[in-house]
Amino acid sequence: MMENAWFIPLFPLISFLILLVFGKRLKESSAYIGMALTFIAFVYSLLVLVERFGNPTFKQEGTWLTIGEFNLTAGFEVNQLNALMLVIVSLVSFLVHMYSKGYMHGDERFPVFYAYLGLFTFAMLGLVISPNLLQTYIFWELVGVGSFLLIGFYFYKEEARAAAKKAFIMTRIGDVGLLIGMILLFWQVESIEYDEIFAAVEAGAISPGMITLTAILIFVGAIGKSGQFPLHTWLPDAMEGPTPVSALIHAATMVAAGVYLVAATFPLFAASEAAMLTVAIVGGVTAIFAASIGLAQTDIKRVLAYSTVSQLGYMMLALGSAGYVAGVFHLMTHAFFKALLFLAAGSVIHAVHTQNIEEMGGLWKKLRLTGPLFLIGTLAISGVPLFSGFFSKDEILIAAWAHGNYVLFWLAVIAAFFTAFYMFRLFFMVFSGESRGESKNVHESPSVMTIPMIVLGVLAVVAGYVNTPWFGTFLGDWLTEGTEALGHGHIEGPAWIMLVATVVSLLGILLAYLMYSKRSIARDWFSSRFPFVYSIVSNKYYIDEFYQVSIVYATKGISLFLKFIDDFIVGGIVNAVGSGTKGFGKTIAKLQNGQVQLYSSVAFVGLAILIVILALTGGYLR
Amino acid sequence: MSSVPLSAYLTLALILFCIGLYGALSKRNTIIVLISIELMLNAVNINLVAFSRFGVSANITGQIFALFVVAIAAAEVAVGIAILISLYRNKRTVNIDEMDSMKH
Repeated sequence: MMENAWFIPLFPLISFLILLVFGKRLKESSAYIGMALTFIAFVYSLLVLVERFGNPTFKQEGTWLTIGEFNLTAGFEVNQLNALMLVIVSLVSFLVHMYSKGYMHGDERFPVFYAYLGLFTFAMLGLVISPNLLQTYIFWELVGVGSFLLIGFYFYKEEARAAAKKAFIMTRIGDVGLLIGMILLFWQVESIEYDEIFAAVEAGAISPGMITLTAILIFVGAIGKSGQFPLHTWLPDAMEGPTPVSALIHAATMVAAGVYLVAATFPLFAASEAAMLTVAIVGGVTAIFAASIGLAQTDIKRVLAYSTVSQLGYMMLALGSAGYVAGVFHLMTHAFFKALLFLAAGSVIHAVHTQNIEEMGGLWKKLRLTGPLFLIGTLAISGVPLFSGFFSKDEILIAAWAHGNYVLFWLAVIAAFFTAFYMFRLFFMVFSGESRGESKNVHESPSVMTIPMIVLGVLAVVAGYVNTPWFGTFLGDWLTEGTEALGHGHIEGPAWIMLVATVVSLLGILLAYLMYSKRSIARDWFSSRFPFVYSIVSNKYYIDEFYQVSIVYATKGISLFLKFIDDFIVGGIVNAVGSGTKGFGKTIAKLQNGQVQLYSSVAFVGLAILIVILALTGGYLR
Repeated sequence: MSSVPLSAYLTLALILFCIGLYGALSKRNTIIVLISIELMLNAVNINLVAFSRFGVSANITGQIFALFVVAIAAAEVAVGIAILISLYRNKRTVNIDEMDSMKH
């Protein structure tokens, strides 16, 4: 199976092409084509993963282009990380395909939606089996295109258009870093193969400064894609897309591509202490920063978006603290529980037709399936023991502590508290108490939407057990098998960390319960005492406004100036030449007045002048 | 026989040509213009015949050429009159100033 792993991305590509051509005729039955082909991709990925357990890494490449001495190769590679990512991506994609059949029902551009989903899935699956940086970069951009198309799916809405452009431009800023890093690496190593780059790093062929520089530049690409501070602002805005898209792209897969990239180039990072520290700091700061914004949002999807940013920060913190396994592990569990949360949120939105949590409430009795599933996701992300998020978050905290990042460790603990608090705030606001909205016939979503949620709900509970300190660290051992550069499968840490994490998350839940369900603490207890802090947080630290007045206005100013030059100086010269010629022609044309005698007079006078000249000069002009 | 010098013929031709040119360029009646053109052609004929008699290598070619010019001039004036009559039927005028429809 592994020899043909490159078939896997082709299935969604076929789905994309079929729906592109026949979508109009297929109408809503295009969902079956998308589902069938992604399901094949998922089964294939699963078989590849199972085969990978018993076999070594498989890699195959062919020459794509030969430029001088240099052979540009293209191919695919199935190592542990890639095999795992294949399964995660294809599974979540399949479930989202299925869910969308219910969620997008009745939409005019239904087949187009499925076509875009196919394109995105193709790009994402292609990304995770790339054996070299250039191929990664190509798929990296394709993934961005898929994200752009899907965020802007409701392009008739002003916000959706703006969000799509913002997402594309913000991630492009990061991509420039990645591109420069890639070029620098090629300049140093004369190769873009991951294996050869790692070999060169190990052999000391690259100077330490250059390693740090290239690692940080690659990390800049990851910052853009994974919505890390300071390029995080596009991710919450991307929630303008349809909810299944948010679940697939902006929670489970594409935003995790940044984490994946850092994980895939981990040996490069591991060789530079400064680069590792940068990753850890950016991750830790993002984790607490986004979590604090999430405390004050009132849009159900935006709360989840900020929690995504925060959880991605956790993953970066783990990778930056040499916790390779912890980062990848959290990437996996997060993909499941965050996709679950988004799909459940979509189900809620589907039922009440609003995204504002102030207008929800009392949905627990009405949504008998969505409610418990949302609770499972909330418990998992809050790090309540026995759920998947608990184990992965615990690994991250241990990694941060063991690597000596004590400040970042405590930041992460506070962020965990925030996470538990705002997630349960969300849960209680939506599901407990009395209904505050106006919608009357609230009903549970169809089974085509609930089945994917149930699958993800089960995974959100059990996915953590593949790597626990109690029953063995199977995932970690497998991921780091046969290599030294990735660190150990399990990092030993003090036992009290697990206790602290549990206590912190339970405290957050308790506080949310007291404030939003039992109401023994007034909701505005904090905001009325510290209105200044509250307004900063609820306005997302004014980052968007800051970018608006600094970068956007500056860019607009420069473009206006250049437009002025183009319009008046360049355009002026061109227009002057044009109108001058035209005016001259017009004047001359007046001579053609239809008077034959005038013409012959002019001809005669001309002839006379010529003859006079001839007579005076003898035919030679001097 | 040869008491009249070449210069006299050429002067006559020159005067005739200039009269013709003046008529062709300044008269408003198109018939007069056509007649003036005939005058210019005849001035040329005088030149041709004069040179066939007094030229450096005097021969009969000039006179034959003059006959051709006369024949073609007859044809030309026939076509010219035909066009003019057709124009007159359409425009009710033979005034050359008013025949200016071919302009920018």
